[in-house]
Amino acid sequence: MELTESWYLVLSALLFSIGAVGLLIRRNPLVMFMCIELMLNAVNITFVTFSISLNDLAGQSAVFFVLVVAAAEVVIGLSIVVAVLRRTPEATADDISALRG
Amino acid sequence: MVEVITFLVAGAIVLGGALGVILLPKPVHAALSLIASFFGVAVVFIIQEAHFLALVQVVVYAGAIVVLFLFVIMLLGVDTADSLRVEPLVGQRSMAILFGVLLLALTFGGLFLSGPGGEDGAVALTGQESVIRPIDDRPQVEQLGEDLFSRNILAFQATALLLTIATVGAVVLVRNEGGEDLVVDEPGLAAE
Repeated sequence: MELTESWYLVLSALLFSIGAVGLLIRRNPLVMFMCIELMLNAVNITFVTFSISLNDLAGQSAVFFVLVVAAAEVVIGLSIVVAVLRRTPEATADDISALRG
Repeated sequence: MVEVITFLVAGAIVLGGALGVILLPKPVHAALSLIASFFGVAVVFIIQEAHFLALVQVVVYAGAIVVLFLFVIMLLGVDTADSLRVEPLVGQRSMAILFGVLLLALTFGGLFLSGPGGEDGAVALTGQESVIRPIDDRPQVEQLGEDLFSRNILAFQATALLLTIATVGAVVLVRNEGGEDLVVDEPGLAAE
């Protein structure tokens, strides 16, 4: 048995799907954020896989930028969650409609 | 063969951790599952010989980001368990699972059925091997650093700006003006 790219891509697809389903079925905003992180990780696996299989460094640089943007996104997202939940404790994603037009 | 076994174990940890994130009711347990999943991804990176990214994965994701999550959970109270039994929007959960299965079918279809790539799939999806920046025998950190500071220098500086904006934004968002909105559930703190 040999490890080909397809194995990594299958793992990545599974991880992405789990993250997407989790984002849709969970209502706690924190857990929804974690699901977004799972999806980002799935994409990172794909980037590294293609980087290795096509012998191209650009994929690994892309992972680097994904990491940085994910860190910034988590900081801002969590501070929004803290600001909202401070006002209305125990709120789920269904209750947060303050930005509704 | 060792690679295959390592990959299978790491993949099981990744997927198990991911399932833990979406199925465990308490946010703390979800965050701990998330750490397991991130470590599994780091192992997958090591199998692919992306050692520097594996290191960064552990330090940034499993370290910084999950610790941030845990801090926020601690700040907001640990007891807010998400009851997975109730379904406020009828049919939403089964629709979500259906959506996930369709998404999986779509990616698998793109992977295995696309074009003349044969059993490999990768070639059919993305084209040919690199001619612009192939990976050579030098240490990987050196190559990545060179790539970041030459070809990606604009993006690199933009991320520096982004991080600054994020830091300032976080401070502005959580600053408590006036202080009357603060809900404290610990009796000792509320007395102050």
